[in-house]
Amino acid sequence: MRRILLILPVVIFAVLIGVLAVLTLQTKDGRDPSLIPSALLGKPAPEFSLPAVAEDIPGGFATADLRGRVTMVNVFASWCVPCLAEHPLISRLAADGLPIYAIDHRDTAVDVAKWLKKNGNPYTAVGFDPDGRVSVEWGVTGVPETFIINADGVVIYKHSGLMTAKVLKDKILPKIREARE
Amino acid sequence: MIAEIGQFVLVLALIIAGVQVVVPMVGAARGDGTLMAFGSRMAVAQAVLLILAFAALTHAFVVSDFSLALVFQNSHSLKPMLYKVSGVWGNHEGSMLMWVLILAVYGAAVAVFGRNLPPTLKARVLSVQAMIGVAFLAFIVFTSNPFLRLNPAPPDGTGLNPLLQDPGLAFHPPLLYLGYVGFSMAFSFAVAALIEGRIDAAWGRWVRPWTLAAWVFLTGGIALGSWWAYYELGWGGWWFWDPVENASFMPWLFGTALLHSSIVVEKRDSLKSWTILLAILTFSMSLLGTFLVRSGVLTSVHTFASDPARGIFILMILLVTVGGALSLFAWRAPTIRGGGLFAPVSREGALVLNNMLLTLACATVLLGTLYPLILDAASSGASRVSVGPPYFNATFAPIMVPLVAAMAIGPLLAWKRGNLRAAARKLLLAAAAAIAAVAATFIAVPDGPALAPFAIGLAAWIATGTLVEGSARIRLFAAPAAESWRRLTGLPRAASGMTLAHLGMAVLIAGITGASAWRSELITTLAVGETAQIKNYALTLQAVENGKGPNYNFERGTFLLTDRNGATIVMYPERRFFPVAGQSTTEAAIKTTLMADLYAVLGTSRTTPEGTEQWTVRFFINPMVPWIWLGALVMVGGGLLSLSDRRHRVGAPRRKQQHAPGVSGAPAPAE
Repeated sequence: MRRILLILPVVIFAVLIGVLAVLTLQTKDGRDPSLIPSALLGKPAPEFSLPAVAEDIPGGFATADLRGRVTMVNVFASWCVPCLAEHPLISRLAADGLPIYAIDHRDTAVDVAKWLKKNGNPYTAVGFDPDGRVSVEWGVTGVPETFIINADGVVIYKHSGLMTAKVLKDKILPKIREARE
Repeated sequence: MIAEIGQFVLVLALIIAGVQVVVPMVGAARGDGTLMAFGSRMAVAQAVLLILAFAALTHAFVVSDFSLALVFQNSHSLKPMLYKVSGVWGNHEGSMLMWVLILAVYGAAVAVFGRNLPPTLKARVLSVQAMIGVAFLAFIVFTSNPFLRLNPAPPDGTGLNPLLQDPGLAFHPPLLYLGYVGFSMAFSFAVAALIEGRIDAAWGRWVRPWTLAAWVFLTGGIALGSWWAYYELGWGGWWFWDPVENASFMPWLFGTALLHSSIVVEKRDSLKSWTILLAILTFSMSLLGTFLVRSGVLTSVHTFASDPARGIFILMILLVTVGGALSLFAWRAPTIRGGGLFAPVSREGALVLNNMLLTLACATVLLGTLYPLILDAASSGASRVSVGPPYFNATFAPIMVPLVAAMAIGPLLAWKRGNLRAAARKLLLAAAAAIAAVAATFIAVPDGPALAPFAIGLAAWIATGTLVEGSARIRLFAAPAAESWRRLTGLPRAASGMTLAHLGMAVLIAGITGASAWRSELITTLAVGETAQIKNYALTLQAVENGKGPNYNFERGTFLLTDRNGATIVMYPERRFFPVAGQSTTEAAIKTTLMADLYAVLGTSRTTPEGTEQWTVRFFINPMVPWIWLGALVMVGGGLLSLSDRRHRVGAPRRKQQHAPGVSGAPAPAE
């Protein structure tokens, strides 16, 4: 009995170290402890309707546009540096045939038009959200943020922050594939 | 050049620590006095080298040498000198250097002051202390080098987090580290004793002062940190059960238990295995805290910008040191012979109860801190919960009640076999005081939470109980005043220290109760000239003006507070914007009396559609909050007083006792 009592601290400690090791390794693989999982996951996309930025930019979309096929919603802004960094990946995804809708978050029409002209416009539609009101509906805490919506219009994945090639390959593409099946 | 010297001595310290692990340990095993004595010299050398390394880094910060990456990232030429210096430890690398410096200084203190330690024990303690040193020095040299150069050197730094530019914050990390790292002494003594296979009353006498010193620093550090959070973060609260706060609180709880159980080892040669285990656990909690703050597994206002690779390294250190020590304990503890037996109702029994409750409290905090992490790990991040104050208040407070209730009884019981009835008779006065305090509180604050008056009663219970015990020692009122005075001055300082620390606890409990039960809060928006009502006060925003500080711009509100009698108080809360860091801080305005704090925070402004500018204003009335810091201060004072007891002096106590026989004249009262 006494033996067991004496070994107990070692056992408890081993379990503790195991948990911390798993966490540390997950953190190394890109786990971000500051993120809270989106409340939207597994729920239908919020009801909204966004106007276009300008006449020559395809845009203006609403909740109904996100039904019938797998889509992506990308929250971006012309002033946002990581958005520019992930733009080539977005463009490639769009070229591969994924409809990507953009929410232009707290921006001016002039700036975003200039930005899209310079960096290319891969988006199926761009919705203009200058006061960030629709972003609030989506639970956006910062730009960029990326959502994947399945054919039923249900949010199945959210990524906050910069979408890297690794995140795309490990997280986003598998989700899209899964949703298309 | 100076930075390169720093780098060089840092690596040298690592090598010396490596030798210090091996040489004294071998010396102790072979009984070779020369090898054992070598350990002391290396411990001193290691401390001197680390002082040099720390001085080199401090120099780089003071002269703003931005060719060092660390200085570039954490300092700025416009920063006030005080914060240039505190910037040395306001970051991960520098604070780690301070960590090992303190570790080495403790080791050197054993080498220098431990002349009367048995040579083998001393050699083994120094060796174990050096093992911890090697692990953390390697951690610094290989993952967190503070002396990395940038080429070309940038013209200026990127500032320091302005939240950290505050005297409270500048000085609480050194205190905390002195506390955390101080528990390494108890750990090293425990491991050395397990290797040695001999634990006796003398061991308890050597461990106690180190534990007490670490406890005093940690108490002071936690209190200062909590005070900083209170006035700087602008949340009006003083303790948030934040994981990093818990990380500092857990070693405190175990350390407090250790402080009490080592008394039993010293006086009664009993509870030895348990005390050894506590010594290991206390330092494990310090290491766990280091891991939580630096590994990036959680976020908090207190964490450093972290890197998981470092987390893995610290985890390895934790695995080897704590895993090794606990395995050694499981293996060797059965050989420890128990000493004096005691009845359940006795001083020992009371201290066992104290230990059980403190351990339970620590386990509760540990579970609350780690549960979200365990859930997160198990679900790969899909489910994140946070465990907040409701959990801790619901679990922690009920454990504290019996602990605090027993606190008044324990010191009145005799060693070995106590008389509960006699103790209860002595505590009649304390019970009366407690009942009076409950009644008085009910009458004074009838609308507060129902449990609050009982908590105040509990505070009165310990305060009176402690005073009753203290006055019995000096035969106050039972003997002529002159004799009482003579007894008071002759009282061992350790005994007076205990009385003082327990009184501090009473003050602290009263403060915590007042601050959590009767707090009033107002959050509103005000335009200039508008007034809001809170409790007995009318709060008017009179003006908001802008200005410039040394390295920030500020927006300062002028609030006029009028109470029912028409008396007025003016308060000036500020929001500061630091352009270099691109960050804002709030500077709450606090008016304090002994009974309450008035606490005003100026928030951000926005313009209404009608065009008037409104500020978010938060105003708190925090009753009895000053008692929290006062209580902590009294506890620290009690610890220091006890530390100054000649029996705790680590020097050569036996010789001195011969010069002053029978210090107290009367038979020394049981402690």
